[in-house]
Amino acid sequence: MIGLKLLLLLGFMLGTAVFGLIVGWVDRKVSARVQFRVGPPLLQNFNDFFKLMGKETILVKEGIHWLFIAAPLAAFSMLAVISTMIWVALILNQGFGGDLIVVMYLMMIYSVMIVIGGSSTGNVYSSIGAGREIKLLLGDELVFILVCLVPIIQTNYALQLDQIIAKQAENGMVIGSVSGTIAFILGLLCIQAKIAMPPFHIAEAETELVEGPLMEYSGPLLAFWKLNHHMMIVAYPLLLVLLFFGGFNLQGIGILWAVLKYLVIVVLMILIKNTNPRIRIDTALHFFWRIAAPLGLIAVILAVLGV
Amino acid sequence: MGWYNKRLAKSIWVFHVSASPCNNCDIEILDLLTPKYDVERLGIKLVGSVRHADVLLVSGVINQKVAPMVKKIYEQAPKPIFVMGVGTCPSGGCCFNDSYNIVENREDVIPFDIYVPGCPPKPEAMIAGAAKLMEVLNG
Ligand code: SF4
Repeated sequence: MIGLKLLLLLGFMLGTAVFGLIVGWVDRKVSARVQFRVGPPLLQNFNDFFKLMGKETILVKEGIHWLFIAAPLAAFSMLAVISTMIWVALILNQGFGGDLIVVMYLMMIYSVMIVIGGSSTGNVYSSIGAGREIKLLLGDELVFILVCLVPIIQTNYALQLDQIIAKQAENGMVIGSVSGTIAFILGLLCIQAKIAMPPFHIAEAETELVEGPLMEYSGPLLAFWKLNHHMMIVAYPLLLVLLFFGGFNLQGIGILWAVLKYLVIVVLMILIKNTNPRIRIDTALHFFWRIAAPLGLIAVILAVLGV
Repeated sequence: MGWYNKRLAKSIWVFHVSASPCNNCDIEILDLLTPKYDVERLGIKLVGSVRHADVLLVSGVINQKVAPMVKKIYEQAPKPIFVMGVGTCPSGGCCFNDSYNIVENREDVIPFDIYVPGCPPKPEAMIAGAAKLMEVLNG
């Protein structure tokens, strides 16, 4: 029994990783087409990953080595667990009590891992990047919790991922209501911030912080950070599909709908990415606390009122 | 390591080292990375940190002041690393050949693997240089 579960975890982890590298290619290709370029070939991300796996890993002399090495691997295992839980709920319709809360926690700890990895090197740029990551986390976390509350309330306080799907199959998708629409839009922006996609790549700001927390990483450890980034592009939009679009049904025409639901979210994210420059950290905090959080609160109140 | 070298040839991340050039080559390197030439289709990407680099694009005659820094940058890069000398400066010294402040032997400071001549070289010439490197890696 345990062997089967481990196999399931391994399968979903590998599946998410491979799928993520391909979606990462979609991201790069669409961005290239938006800029009137040809863009990279299909297997580009695989080449990048295997190339990084074979390069030298440099440990910084003054850094804390075990934290430096552990952070990307811990982040990878966190994403493996998140994506397995989401896939299991979507495909096998299984879950356990309060697994949505676990997913929310793990998503937060991922950001903490970036902070730990970045600040363990002692590099100034990495430390600034880590500081910005914490501030961004403070900004988007509150909004993200409010966003997650809306489907919970609308599905009669179900905290279990598979129950949220089942309730939506009975009563219609959450996005069909006013509160659901507001929450979905806010959720999209929160996820953009959690994936650190432009305009929220404040922590990794390539032009001024030269990749911030990832600056000192090289070789296989960097490969894991890049892989984590691609896995997030798979797992987080799927969470939105689950919470707002009622998951998907993998029979007959349902597969087409499933792909469509996922692609709508990803293409929206890529378009937001390509049409917005990076915002400053204070602008981001202003946006999340002064604009997004009150809107999220309104959405929660509307959900309680049943609108 | 043939399989690995083929992966490396398809994913070259470049880091720009400016070792006392006249600045013209740097402008040409920036031109190389514009959408017009679209080097991303070859897997080439500009990275900001030397820890992520596969190829160092070195431009300029290396003068005595920057030589220690250039050496340090080379040592900080993860191996395998390749060095491409952009412009006539790294190979022949160009118009600075008789200056009092340049290092005597540039190859002692940083081991060049490939030179792209021209003052400054066109972006097409740099792509040709990168293609040569890929040819060697592909065997
Ligand atoms: S090769 Fe010519 S253009 Fe390039 S740095 Fe030297 S002098 Fe300037």
